[in-house]
This record gives sequence, C-alpha cells and structure tokens, in this order.
Amino acid sequence: MTATDTSKVKRPPFWRNIRVIRVALQILAVVVVVGAFLYLGNNLRNELIAKNLPTDFSFLSQPTGVTIADSDFDPASPVWRALVAGIKNTFLLVIVGIPFLTILGTLIGVARLSTNWLVAKAAMVYVETLRNIPPLLIILFVFNAVILQLPPPRDPATPLDWFVISNLKITGPWVVASAGAGALLIIAVIALAAAAIVAVWRTRYSEQTGQHSHRALWGLGVFAVIVIIGYFITGRPVAISFPVLDGRVITGGFGGLGAYFAVLIALVMYTASHVAEIVRGSIQAVPKGQTEAANAIALSGFQRLRYVILPQAFRIALPPIINQYLNFAKNTSLAIAIGYAEITLITFQTIGNGYPAPQLILLLMGAYLIFSLTISLFVNILNRRLQLVGN
Amino acid sequence: MDATTTSPAERVSAPPIHRRTPPGVWMKKNLFSNWYNSVLTVVFGALILWVIYALIKYLIGVDTEIIRVNLRLYMAGRFPSEQLGRLWGAIYVATATVAFFARATVRNAQMKATEAGLDFERSDWTDVVRRFWPIAALILFTLSFTETITPTLLTLVAAAIGLAAYWLGGMMPTWLIRRSWLILVAGLVGFYAVLVAFGGVGWDLWQGFFVNIVITVAGISLAFPLGLMLALGRRSTLPAVRVLSVTYIEFLRGVPMITLLLMGAFALGFLIPGDFQFSLFLRLLIAITLFQSAYIAEVVRGGLQSVPKGQVEAAQSVGLSPWKTMRLVVLPQALRNVIPAMVGQFISLFKDTTLVFIVGLLDLLRAVQISTAQPEFFAQGLEAVVLPFAALYFWVGSFVMSRESRRLEKKLGVGTR
Repeated sequence: MTATDTSKVKRPPFWRNIRVIRVALQILAVVVVVGAFLYLGNNLRNELIAKNLPTDFSFLSQPTGVTIADSDFDPASPVWRALVAGIKNTFLLVIVGIPFLTILGTLIGVARLSTNWLVAKAAMVYVETLRNIPPLLIILFVFNAVILQLPPPRDPATPLDWFVISNLKITGPWVVASAGAGALLIIAVIALAAAAIVAVWRTRYSEQTGQHSHRALWGLGVFAVIVIIGYFITGRPVAISFPVLDGRVITGGFGGLGAYFAVLIALVMYTASHVAEIVRGSIQAVPKGQTEAANAIALSGFQRLRYVILPQAFRIALPPIINQYLNFAKNTSLAIAIGYAEITLITFQTIGNGYPAPQLILLLMGAYLIFSLTISLFVNILNRRLQLVGN
Repeated sequence: MDATTTSPAERVSAPPIHRRTPPGVWMKKNLFSNWYNSVLTVVFGALILWVIYALIKYLIGVDTEIIRVNLRLYMAGRFPSEQLGRLWGAIYVATATVAFFARATVRNAQMKATEAGLDFERSDWTDVVRRFWPIAALILFTLSFTETITPTLLTLVAAAIGLAAYWLGGMMPTWLIRRSWLILVAGLVGFYAVLVAFGGVGWDLWQGFFVNIVITVAGISLAFPLGLMLALGRRSTLPAVRVLSVTYIEFLRGVPMITLLLMGAFALGFLIPGDFQFSLFLRLLIAITLFQSAYIAEVVRGGLQSVPKGQVEAAQSVGLSPWKTMRLVVLPQALRNVIPAMVGQFISLFKDTTLVFIVGLLDLLRAVQISTAQPEFFAQGLEAVVLPFAALYFWVGSFVMSRESRRLEKKLGVGTR
C-alpha cells in the first residue's frame, strides 16, 4: 500500500462518530433533567397559586403558631425563629449523643474481642439484637415503656435530693454563674494555657532524660490549682444549683424533657451497636504480626492496646465512625414520632398550620444537607491526612 | 513427641488428636484467666442472671390478650374482613411463585453445571430448614395467638401449595427455566390481580405488617435497578452524566429519609397537575425508592471500584462491546464483592419501612400504637408487651437476611478466588 489520498478515506457518518455521540448524550441528559425540573417547577407554581399559598419564602416572617414544650418560645414569633429553635434542639441531641455513643460503642466493640467468654457473648447478643431492630421502634419502646413509666409530674421521684425525675421532665444539678464568672472563665483559659505549657515541658523533659513524663497528671494538677485559686479570688462566682420541687414547679437545676431522653437513650444504644461492629472490625484489621511484635518486646496487655493496636485501628475506624455520627444526626429526625421539638417536628407542625409544604421541606432538607456535606468534607480531609505515607 | 521413630509423612497422616477440654480447664481459660477477668465474669454473670430472671418473670406474668385481640390489625391493618380471602389468595400466589422460582433457579444451576461438566451439589430439605427455621418459628409463634383454627388451616394450605408448586416445578419446560424471570412477572401480576381485580382492595388499604413486606420487596426491586444505573452514571466518562449522578446521590444521602417521606406525603402532590393525583402508598413508595437508590448506588460503586482494570482490558481485547463488558465481566464480579453491604442496605430498607407510619400509613408499628390506645388496653403499660412483639418480626427478617448474605458470600467464594 502506498500513500493513500486521505481525502478519499470514507469517514463514518456523523451519527456514528463517538465524539458526536458523547456530546449528544450529554446534551440529552441535561435537557431531560432541566426539562423535568422546569415542568415540575411550573406545576408547583400553578398548584401553589391555585391553593392560595405563597410561591416564595416571604412566609418565613409570619407568625408560626407553633408551641414548643418546656421552653418560653412564643407562638407569635416568626416561622424562621421556630425553625432556628428546632435546629438548636437537634444540635442538643447530636452534641450530647455523640460522646456517649462513642464510649458505649467502643466499650462494646472491645468487649466483643474479650478473652472472657461471658463478656464477649454478652456483647455479641447486644449488638445482634439492637442492630436488627428499627431505630424508630427502639425510640417508641424507650419512650413508652421506660420514660412514661416514671412517676407522674405531680409526684416525682427525688433520688438523693439531687434529681427530680418525672415522666415529663428529668432535672439534675447544674452550675449557675453569678457576677465574676466571666473573670473565672478567663482564668480558666489562662490555666488551660499554663497546663499545655507544662505538658509540653514535661514531654521534652521525658524525651531528654528518659524519665516518665506524667504530663497528663502534671497538666491537670496545674489547671486544678490555678482554677481553684481563681475560684476563691473571684469570690466564688459559680455554684451548683440543685433542682427544688415546689408543688409542680421545679426551680433550679437543669433538665430535659422525657422525650429528649427517650430519643437520646434509644439512638445512643442503637448507633452504639453499629459503632461496636466498626471498632471490632478495625481492631481485627490490624495485622496479627503487630500483636506478636508487641508481645515480643514484652509490652503489657494495656500497653499493647494503647501504643500498638488502637492507634492503628483508629485510623481504619475513623471514617466509618464519623459516618455513624452522621447517621445518628439524621436519625434524630425520628424524634418526630414522640413529639420532641427538633427541626423536623417543627417543620411538620408549621406545615400543619397552613404554610406551604414544598418550601418548608426544601429548607429542612437544606439544613440537613449543609450539615452532612460539611461533615463529609471534614472526613475527606481527615482521610487524606490519615493515609499512610507511601500508600 | 518422639520424632525419631515417626517419619514426617507418618506424622502428617496421623489423625489429629481430639482432646475434649474438661469444663474446669475451659472455665479457667475462658472465664477466670486472671483477676480482672474473674471480676468481670462475676459481675457480668450476676448481671446476666438478673436479666434472665427479670425476663422470665416478665414472660410468665405478661398478659397477651392485647395481641390475641389485635392480631389481624397487626398483620393486615384494616383490610376489609369480607375481602380477607383475597389476602390469603395473594399469600398463596406469592408462596407458589417463590417455590416455583426456587425450583427454576435450582434446575437452571443444575443444567449449567451439566453443560459445563461440573458436579452439582444439591442441597436437601434439612438445609432449607436450617436456613429458614426462624421464619417458620415466627409463623408458628404468630399462629399461637389466633383465636380460631381457620388461620392455622389456611397456613397449612399455603405450605401445601408451596410444596406442590416446588414439585410441579420439576416438570417445567427448559425454555421457562432459562427465562425464570417470567415466573416472577406472572407471580406479580397474579398477586396484584388477586388483591385488586373485580372490586378488590386497592393498595390504599394495604396495611399492617403486610404493607411493611410489600414496601420492602417493591422498594428493593425498584431501587436496585435505579441504583445500578446511578452507579454506572457516576463512573461514566461523560462529565454531564457524572455530575448529575453525583448530585443526586450526594443530595439524597445527605438528608434523613423522613424528609423524603414528608416530601412524598405533603409536597409531591404539588408537583403533579391537580387532576392526576395518586395514593399515599404509591407516593411513599416513590420516596423510599428514590432515597434507597442513592445508597444502593454507593454500594454498587464500591463493587465497581473493586474490579481490577485488567478485567475490563481483557474483555475489550477479546472484542466484547462496552455493554457486554459491563454485563458479562464487570457487574458479576462487582456485585459479588459487595453482597454483605448490599444486603445490609436491604435490611436497612426493611427497618426503615416503619417510618411510613409518621406520615400516616398504617403499618405494623402504627397498628401496635393504635392497639394500645384502645379503651380496654389504654394506659396499662402494654407498650412493653406489643413493641417487643413487633420488634420480633423485624429482628427475624433482618437476621435471616444477613445470614443468607453470609451464606451466599461463602458459596460464591468472595475473597477466596
């Protein structure tokens, strides 16, 4: 074959040209999706107008009519205020729940690997039972069969005189601040800084001399001494307030609704069963040679866990555990079933008061989405940081 | 061991010595190996004994009147009583379909093994009993609460129909075995027809645990193909398709399912012209399908990423088209690698079907709540009876599913080849 005339090479027709097909397919996909959105958006507009509902978000400044139990929330406040109050209550669940479920999940996960047969089996039963039951059912059970069985509000239980427990509300001791608390807070921050400096110094000392650093002990000591001195200098601005029962009114202390505790307990128990499986899997994923190496240099059982196994297991476990935190945060929306006023219930009630559902649900989804995507971003960054160098 | 008198070969062939551990030694090793293990054993033992004691005391004292009175409400909701025959008919159709399909699957595998000249290991009925006894036990447990003998007899009829269908499946023609999905389609049509046709009961009145099962099965069968497409879209080389898929998946994974159900219950009606509205059941099914498909897409994506690139290249080098590469080479391996995660997702769908009661569908959980609000059972703390009763159904379903997934994984040799 000699030089061919390139102009005479028969090109495939354009509809079989891969480049054309690729572009056409993408345009088709975008057109279909955009078209569907336009169609649905148009329907939405027409239906909203037909039902005499606003088509924008102006209703957010109108009075909500929603009442929130156990708070001084005014039903005449605008809708957006109610939504913010709901977000606050959701966060109250998430922030308190996460430490508890982490501790419980880790304990159970480690217990499943215990050499003690009884402990390992008990942990297994816990995990296998709770993992296979709907979280909503657990919430209903804890609320109906545990919380609501507590004494009624007119005759609450007062164990140790520290707590006031009724099926409506559980109140415990809490700190109250008076004038001078700000100064004490500043002192506490200074104490924290001092403790950090001491800890760093102890670490250096340990590195240079080979002696035990005891940096946690030293840091804690410095912090405690400074704060205690500061407490007396500023005139004892912080006191512990115990709840006092006066008829049916509880004064002092700090408490939460029974529904709050029901959601918290149920979801912590449920999510802990998932965290336990992650912890167990991560510990088992650490190569066996690591354990053997730790034994070979005569580390004790605790040292082996603390310095060899757990740091490596942690790296494997962290992303899925944060995923469980996200699941926990999303599952707090189930509180709607027992009437705890978190964001989903508030949205639900606002819709019930005649405000347009599509916009409100969009806002609700947006709130969760922002939260989830922020956490996902954080996980991605963390993942990159935690990757082994050279992997 | 006396190494001088036994050759290495003899040592290998000698049967392993089975020494039964005496209980004392076993306890010393597993319960009292050191002081803190002993403390743990004593504390946990006391705790467990107390729990068992409390449980037995509770089970002896428990009054199951509420379950006996409301059993039909729990299982079928407010299904019209004069139409209950249709429900049993639908159960029969489902039983027959499953049995027929199971036989077809077995025979299909048998035929393929024969063609390939491989051994076919046929599982016997003890194997089936071992796999599904929790479900059988749950059915017996449920029947123990019935007030008349009729449901038990009707269940026996279902069992007989199942066995008959399995036996009849032995005479299935070869073309039907090769197209066993036809059986499922026929079963589906039959199921729907028996329930709905000729003045039957539309899906608005499908309630109780029945609706949990229907939503689970329908949700899985609808969400799986959608999720598969989304996963392929996310791995597509076309940027626009990829961006659309990623947006969809990340959006739905970022919100709780209840917001989707609220959307289905309250907002979907706004998106559709007024004269064309459909029922709550269908709207919730759409919401659940959309939601679960995003999670299934992520599971499938994990599987797709686990297939080595060489597989695709090998498929291309033997001249398979992109479609055939995907269907014959990549997907079978990808799906096999994610069986546990996939079944985990199905289990989570099953558990999440309980959420429909928040937006007003009468499922098992809602039925349980209604029963404790009845005047004769009101405010007696009977939630402690009926909620564990309802939990049992979900527990058994999830347990059997996860065990089946482990069995399938083992059978397909994931991680061993």
